[in-house]
Amino acid sequence: MDTDLSSQDRKDLDKFIKFFALKTVQVIVQARLGEKICTRSSSSPTGSDWFNLAIKDIPEVTHEAKKALAGQLPAVGRSMCVEISLKTSEGDSMELEIWCLEMNEKCDKEIKVSYTVYNRLSLLLKSLLAITRVTPAYRLSRKQGHEYVILYRIYFGEVQLSGLGEGFQTVRVGTVGTPVGTITLSCAYRINLAFMSTRAGEDNAAVYPSVEDSQEVCTTSFSTSPPSQCVFTVTKAHFQTSPPMVTDTLKVPVMGLAFSHQLSSSRLSYQPAALGVGSADMGYPVLFAGGLNAAHPHQVLLIGPGKEGGVPPVPNQPAHGTQADQERMCTPLDGVYYSAATPSSSEDTETVSNSSEGKCGSPHDLLETIFIRKVGAFVNKPINQVTMANLDIPFAMFAPKNVELEDNDPMVNPPESPETESPLQGSLHSEGSSGSSTGNTHDDFVMIDFKPAFSKDDILPMDLGTFYREFQNPPQLSSLSIDIGAQSMAEDLDSLPEKLAVHEKNVKEFDAFVETLQ
Amino acid sequence: MVGTGRRCCGPSGATPAMNCRAEVLEVSVEGRQVEEAMLAVLHTILLHRSTGKFHYKKEGTYSIGTVGTQDVDCDFIDFAYVRVSSEELDRALRKAVGEFKDALRGSGSDGMGQISLEFYQKKKSRWPFSDECIPWELWTIKVNVVNLANEQERQICREKVGEKLCEKIINIVEVMNRHEYLPKMPTQSEVDNVFDTSLKDVQPYLYKISYQITDSLGTSVTTTMRRLIKDTLAL
Repeated sequence: MDTDLSSQDRKDLDKFIKFFALKTVQVIVQARLGEKICTRSSSSPTGSDWFNLAIKDIPEVTHEAKKALAGQLPAVGRSMCVEISLKTSEGDSMELEIWCLEMNEKCDKEIKVSYTVYNRLSLLLKSLLAITRVTPAYRLSRKQGHEYVILYRIYFGEVQLSGLGEGFQTVRVGTVGTPVGTITLSCAYRINLAFMSTRAGEDNAAVYPSVEDSQEVCTTSFSTSPPSQCVFTVTKAHFQTSPPMVTDTLKVPVMGLAFSHQLSSSRLSYQPAALGVGSADMGYPVLFAGGLNAAHPHQVLLIGPGKEGGVPPVPNQPAHGTQADQERMCTPLDGVYYSAATPSSSEDTETVSNSSEGKCGSPHDLLETIFIRKVGAFVNKPINQVTMANLDIPFAMFAPKNVELEDNDPMVNPPESPETESPLQGSLHSEGSSGSSTGNTHDDFVMIDFKPAFSKDDILPMDLGTFYREFQNPPQLSSLSIDIGAQSMAEDLDSLPEKLAVHEKNVKEFDAFVETLQ
Repeated sequence: MVGTGRRCCGPSGATPAMNCRAEVLEVSVEGRQVEEAMLAVLHTILLHRSTGKFHYKKEGTYSIGTVGTQDVDCDFIDFAYVRVSSEELDRALRKAVGEFKDALRGSGSDGMGQISLEFYQKKKSRWPFSDECIPWELWTIKVNVVNLANEQERQICREKVGEKLCEKIINIVEVMNRHEYLPKMPTQSEVDNVFDTSLKDVQPYLYKISYQITDSLGTSVTTTMRRLIKDTLAL
């Protein structure tokens, strides 16, 4: 088979296929960044635009694609796949699409490599540009940010479609015949978007080698927990590439050649996962990840030391794969520390809040974040960094406003034990009343008053939950009640003769008016 | 309209028999969606039928410029598409679609019409014959304009038309990737017979856009006018 192809043609063909694979990955990943892509046409050839198309190369994506390919090319039985998945802030994840670049055995010996194959590959890339905008994941990716993020993963080998759920659909982008086989590009996408909870860490059994080469990480998941828990926003100031903004995640080699990455381009936010005890003991505001997952990237948040503090020394430990109740600290890089912790206690309801909200702008700024740790109702450990948040019982926003939350709530303040100063009570009442007090036990913490947009107004000051409950059951309209209706009917009937008399008097005027209308 | 018939054309002179492939797409849209829907389809087709500018060198070789692309979000449809980054091309399409939209809205129209995008090659003829335009691909988009009663229906229409357009894009891509007849790459002297070289940043194949409006009697407007004149003259 190969003897028919000249060595120059063979070399060219291999090069075309390799760069086609790299450009395919770029197009797919860039289409899922959540932003509009725009590149300029250029009448003079620059020589560096493969397939005569202006497709930017995001270095990290190219790097990962090359790593996944590991010097090989798509061949029969060895497909290059780009998996697009969605991950919510609560840790649920779902595969949305698998884009496959495959090669089959059907050869087209007559075709000219340097001309026809090249032009057809160019056409196929244009088709890919068009098709990436019409699958359901495109619209999801345009709306990513607060509640979920879109992730990608490149792997090489057998196509795995099982994660797409039942009844997934396939769209073929196109095919190009070559002397060594036919290249096919297709996409299998999920249509059943019902969430299956695949929280990070549940089925993770693999042992991971130590984390290497962590780069600056951004994540954009917001907590979707009730409004009583404050939402934390971190902005990552340093970006490595110009728009489209892609920030790299912690690279975790999983399953051999697969790498997971997270795309985000907007402001970062924080995923409240339960922290282990250790982080509290660190005495330092620490972020955590949602846990490691064999198939999906974990979200790691990098935080910088606060303005005032230096970075506490962090022991360098390898990250292990088991999701036991242990915390891992990863290698600090660039003066930024992060930890990859696993959910250790489901009863912890710690969240963090951040009062600062910056924009992604100046490079080389470390993150400046200030944290509040809000302690859940059942926490027994003394936590001295905690300040009173606005409301410290879960779902407190929905409680009636006239209830003095901390003092009268029997859950918070059990009436039978006024003497014993339990750690629970002590910690909960350490700062006194709620509201927008700014009591700080720690310089690093500030209080923020959670005010969801449009939830308050001057006329009727009440919070969203109370408003909703009150106005869900409005009182019945008075005109609808029978007695009053009957009364007004009687009055109307009485006044009817008088009204008729008046109208009869004005008959001529009415007629004139009607004339003007015609 | 200059050129030969719009359907399949037979052999013409020395050139081998060329079948003009014809594809028809149909959409039902609300009035304000006509423009965006047509632009989405036409731009998608032209994305596949445009190359970079050719720069011919000595020895008959040429290099090709780079085609940029950009995302366009629709305002009245839940849909986004990719078009070639060329303002000139965009303006030309918008002008044609604008005329089509106005004609659709005009009196005598039942809200049904079609817009056609035809790719052709020029064949130079000797004097006194004018150049022949030989179509090799014809796309027809049939449009049916619906009237909606309330906002809820409009919202549903936004989504439905978006989904329909997704299907159309997939159809277009499928046709494009059949790799059927394309004019062969021309020499420098022939390039204007195959490509539209008037744009400064991209080079689409020679194309023309035309449209037809169907009036409420189901006939095209031109036939109605002819009948009116005939009737007038008969009196």
